[in-house]
Amino acid sequence: MAVEVRLPNILRPHAGGQATVSTVGSTIGEVLKALVAEYPGMAGQLVTETGEMHKFVNVYVNDDDVRYLDKLDTKVTDGDTVSILPAVAGGGF
Amino acid sequence: MAPGLRLSRPVYLQMVGHCYDALPDEGCGLLGGDARTASASVCYPTDNLAHSARIYTVDPRAYLAADRDAEARGLAILGVFHSHTHTDAYPSPTDVAQAPDPDWHYVLVSLRDIAPVVRSYRILDGKIREEPVVLDSQ
Repeated sequence: MAVEVRLPNILRPHAGGQATVSTVGSTIGEVLKALVAEYPGMAGQLVTETGEMHKFVNVYVNDDDVRYLDKLDTKVTDGDTVSILPAVAGGGF
Repeated sequence: MAPGLRLSRPVYLQMVGHCYDALPDEGCGLLGGDARTASASVCYPTDNLAHSARIYTVDPRAYLAADRDAEARGLAILGVFHSHTHTDAYPSPTDVAQAPDPDWHYVLVSLRDIAPVVRSYRILDGKIREEPVVLDSQ
């Protein structure tokens, strides 16, 4: 499946400054793996060493956060847009 | 890089108002605008998914919607704001540890005193640098 991946500012330097890249995969896990294969600078920023989605990123298929779907097993189809954004959190203490 | 962050008056009022509305929890949201001039012209208040007076988590779906809206307007997400309900408008160790983007402006709204205090910071490699906040008249 060919999908478009929208990258956050923080990852764009690893993809030659591109905001959007095309890649392939039938699940989010495969898409992220293909991204890292093509842009090795993203290694460790999307998926942890234990194979979980990194807690500091949010990944969406079209409008849906994959954490509320099947996480890395979430299926993608041709023409889907995958968006990656940093998780934004903090606190006063 | 522009020295400081400019806030339009509606953005300032919406941001501070949202932080008061969120009490007793921390309020949070995103700022959209022109990255070249560091001028925030759109405020995107979001839910604090942590529902806490001590920590905040920007609703990821609201962030996606804000990102798309900003792009459609030819703008960018410039940074994030959140309130400190009982402490200074200064980044906490949690804020620094979880700051995702060195290009962002990190705006703190302290509601500790009678009047709100708004300050802005850049956070790069764990180092905090305060920057001026300019409030536009319109």
